[in-house]
Amino acid sequence: MSVRTLPLLFLNLGGEMLYILDQRLRAQNIPGDKARKDEWTEVDRKRVLNDIISTMFNRKFMEELFKPQELYSKKALRTIYERLAHASIMKLNQASMDKLYDLMTMAFKYQVLLCPRPKDVLLVTFNHLDTIKGFIRDSPTILQQVDETFRQLTEIYGGLSAGEFQLIRQTLLIFFQDLHIRVSMFLKDKVQNNNGRFVLPVSGPVPWGTEVPGLIRMFNNKGEEVKRIEFKHGGNYVPAPKEGSFELYGDRVLKLGTNMYSMNQPVETHMSGSSKNLASWTQESIAPNPLAKEELNFLARLMGGMEIKKPSGPEPGFRLNLFTTDEEEEQAALTRPEELSYEVINIQATQDQQRSEELARIMGEFEIMEQPRLSTSKGDDLLAMMDEL
Amino acid sequence: MVAADLEGPYEPGVRRADLGLQVHWCVLPFRVLLVLTSHRGIQMYESNGYTMVYWHALDSGDASPVQAVFARGIAASGHFICVGTWSGRVLVFDIPAKGPNIVLSEELAGHQMPITDIATEPAQGQDCVADMVTADDSGLLCVWRSGPEFTLLTRIPGFGVPCPSVQLWQGIIAAGYGNGQVHLYEATTGNLHVQINAHARAVCALDLASEVGKLLSAGEDTFVHIWKLSRSPESGYIEATPLL
Repeated sequence: MSVRTLPLLFLNLGGEMLYILDQRLRAQNIPGDKARKDEWTEVDRKRVLNDIISTMFNRKFMEELFKPQELYSKKALRTIYERLAHASIMKLNQASMDKLYDLMTMAFKYQVLLCPRPKDVLLVTFNHLDTIKGFIRDSPTILQQVDETFRQLTEIYGGLSAGEFQLIRQTLLIFFQDLHIRVSMFLKDKVQNNNGRFVLPVSGPVPWGTEVPGLIRMFNNKGEEVKRIEFKHGGNYVPAPKEGSFELYGDRVLKLGTNMYSMNQPVETHMSGSSKNLASWTQESIAPNPLAKEELNFLARLMGGMEIKKPSGPEPGFRLNLFTTDEEEEQAALTRPEELSYEVINIQATQDQQRSEELARIMGEFEIMEQPRLSTSKGDDLLAMMDEL
Repeated sequence: MVAADLEGPYEPGVRRADLGLQVHWCVLPFRVLLVLTSHRGIQMYESNGYTMVYWHALDSGDASPVQAVFARGIAASGHFICVGTWSGRVLVFDIPAKGPNIVLSEELAGHQMPITDIATEPAQGQDCVADMVTADDSGLLCVWRSGPEFTLLTRIPGFGVPCPSVQLWQGIIAAGYGNGQVHLYEATTGNLHVQINAHARAVCALDLASEVGKLLSAGEDTFVHIWKLSRSPESGYIEATPLL
């Protein structure tokens, strides 16, 4: 297992999260002058994205992230994204957060699977960063944070061998193993089958550095070619046009990791039909995790590094719905299969007195705002009240 | 299929598999052992699958914190079992005809990068015949002759891509690479005689049917190919023909 996988996992999942939030916020957008007090405007959207991105790329947080370490469980990671999603004035119900995380993970799983070379996962990461920079192009300080992360990525991953990237790829694929949630956009584009498996294309350009299959060359003792055989290999490949750029700016060539939501289509996930493969997933969540203590430490360190900006005065919480209607969101929460529920980790840390004080302090820092929830929260009041983290 | 938990209490049946686990049946002259590798170490079991006869913990002493520590690549050669490691060193274990008195007899130096795979074949009975090949993440192949001390015969350099899988048959080395190619080398000279643009993605695995000389390659491009290996009747050079 590679100990350098976490930054790539975190940044790419974070990128997907931002794409989805951006698309949903745009979909629910109302022009500023026409908006009621409880409706989203363009200004709100930009603010939410700015807040989340600046939290994500906070220097202390990045420092922790880039330290060599094992990947932790999906539950631990989801807790981080839940915190991140709430780094601004936006609130998400459990059902919406679940759907968000499902979409994020399936999207990145797809990108990793389809990477032509293991090293191309770095290009996917750069694609995400390029688009993120587009979201915050009016904020030079945050831009600088993102560029700094870019430099760190280049420094750490630029010199890795193909073998090390292969290990990173395997580590990522193990993380995504047995996740077969169907995503409507993928189903429609026929890149995912009805059983939740992705379609691996057997046509198109070969990876940079690979020859198009179909040729056997034979040589003598002096290295001179003495015979050639061509054969049909079953696919329909063409040579790679050029290599993607690993520079700060450049043509990445690869489309994986770019914003596939920019077409403004609503994206649905399907829970039914994916239960057949949940057996191993269920086992993972039930069996006591011997690494639980380390996970808590990891979370504490990461969250300690996360700086949540506190707004100057009491502000209303805005609620974002990942579904098309509130009723749909409620329905999704009720019908979500047991095995797919992400239980938010309860950080009680009862064993170590000192550690629990530290964690309690960090948890305290996450109380972002005192919500006057009854009158001013956007969206459904009842559900917003259930949003206590 | 076998899965094993290296740290838990002994329990028959399938348990949670350790990550990066490799399993191989090692057929030796007088016994068969089941060998498992992971990022903690190497375990050897009797052929019943549950009597452990040997445990070797990996020494991560000079590994930097960013380096993954693991054992990978298992093969039997005569009464030796060879296991590759993350550092490039190949551990050679001397296996007695029965019992747990297994000894680490040698550590082969030849590779600087993590070992990916090891292939062996019974010695052909002549002098200087290669009977083991080791491969690593840089694509380097080392060709060895087994014995009380293993001798390095040749090195075949890589070209920037890992060699995840290697096979040895009648003096022919078959190597699958991360760029989708399969190469065939003459083991005695190290010369490349056949280069196949076989797959559009990395070759994951090679297997060889030794009675008929058929080589199977599987790639991440979802394809499986079968090749017939032979020698030219005139020149004796290695040749390959696509069958599937």
